[in-house]
Amino acid sequence: MKSELSTEEVSSLEPRAASISPDFSFLREVGEASGEKVSLCYQCRKCSSGCPVSFAMDYLPDVTLRMVQFGLRDRVLSSATIWICASCQTCTTRCPNEIDIAGVMDTLRQMALASGFETRAAPEVRDIPKFHMAFLDSIRAGGRVHEAGMVVRYMLKTNPRAKLKSGALLEQAKFGWQMFRHGKVKILPYRIRQTGEIKKLFKKSGR
Amino acid sequence: MRVSYYPGCSLEGTAKEYDESTRAVCQALEIELAELEGWNCCGATSAHCTDDFLSLALPARNLSIAERKGLDLVVPCAACYQRLKVAEKKLAQNPLPDFSYEGKIKVKNLIDFYSQEELLEKLSRGVKKPLAGLRVACYYGCLLVRPPKVTDAVNYEDPQNMDELMNLVGAESVNWCYKTDCCGGSLLLSRPDIVIRLIQRILDAALEAGAECVVTCCPMCQSNLDIRQRELSKETGRDYNVPIFHFTELLGLALGSPGITRWLNRHLVSPRELLGAKGLL
Repeated sequence: MKSELSTEEVSSLEPRAASISPDFSFLREVGEASGEKVSLCYQCRKCSSGCPVSFAMDYLPDVTLRMVQFGLRDRVLSSATIWICASCQTCTTRCPNEIDIAGVMDTLRQMALASGFETRAAPEVRDIPKFHMAFLDSIRAGGRVHEAGMVVRYMLKTNPRAKLKSGALLEQAKFGWQMFRHGKVKILPYRIRQTGEIKKLFKKSGR
Repeated sequence: MRVSYYPGCSLEGTAKEYDESTRAVCQALEIELAELEGWNCCGATSAHCTDDFLSLALPARNLSIAERKGLDLVVPCAACYQRLKVAEKKLAQNPLPDFSYEGKIKVKNLIDFYSQEELLEKLSRGVKKPLAGLRVACYYGCLLVRPPKVTDAVNYEDPQNMDELMNLVGAESVNWCYKTDCCGGSLLLSRPDIVIRLIQRILDAALEAGAECVVTCCPMCQSNLDIRQRELSKETGRDYNVPIFHFTELLGLALGSPGITRWLNRHLVSPRELLGAKGLL
């Protein structure tokens, strides 16, 4: 640390107790829903060091856990981080305290969806939960994901008019044509005979 | 040998050639694949990101069908494999009332399945066209190995069994550091910009290690690495032209399966030039 600090700099280093008032109810809720002890995290940052998508996050994984410990519910649930997490399980595999961090991310995403926080996240991640919904819709419809149909569902959910204007839709169409030309697109969906069983599971779930 | 087979949704669409080459290799090794009747999607990333019950119930239904059949379940898709293993482990502790599953059958990924001694021997004896001189980077991705508590993988940071299969059929697998790095599969449509950065890392590392192609065991990894290369080349100004194989395609090629031409036609980065140069086509 520098030896000469101005008065302002010194005061900026002083703990400001009033600015942080930990609320442990969020930590408890996350713990109950995920079955994980987030309080065990001591910020060794192994998770953030190995995270392949940390460059696109607003808070690193260890910071996110710290925020959960402090009860910063709104900031965590409206963060980009929880949607950027690609569920690659590297953090879960390497955590020295055996916290299933990717599992905690699942819990945070589910909590965000349950209270509409996904609409408050940064615009560049708002399409990610819509992708998941399009994917689940496709399963609900036929028991299996029909890729081509799922892509169309996703496009319809994610502002197709703006994408038409920006040219993104055309790019997507060209891409689809490439895939089609190489025999990678299955045109007609296959519905399993027992679609009713699948619909029942969806009804029982929160989705 | 007879086993139950769970292809998964991708193998009916973008990764049809993974399904076809898997079936061809199994036929050559005298393995009878009994496709699970009425199987459903495992839920993949989208289910576990959004709903705990669905993420368990969807794979549980498949496990229950497989157990009624009484045969071990072989799964070629790494992502499906991981979701089925998660369900297997969770159901052992907390059974779901919706489906009966007692854990009497085993869930195996295709690589581990082929790596049993009896099949390795058959494979080695069956090689008609050794893949001599083909330098491959074996790319395992995330979900075949992680987390090890779920997948039961032993070498989860530096897995070896795909390398061993490739070397067994005459190819030369390179040593490299990105074997189990993520390609961003679940962000394929929603954040292609992230995916492009991830596949660049992976392809650069494979090339730097001296590989001429990448071999995969996950349909998402294969398509991600294959279909986004054109965009990557455009963005970087560097010409990426790295063939990306399903590992079963190369096994099939070595075993002399006639389907190889049809499988290769489905690749966006054509492997023909590379394989032709090695005298393998």
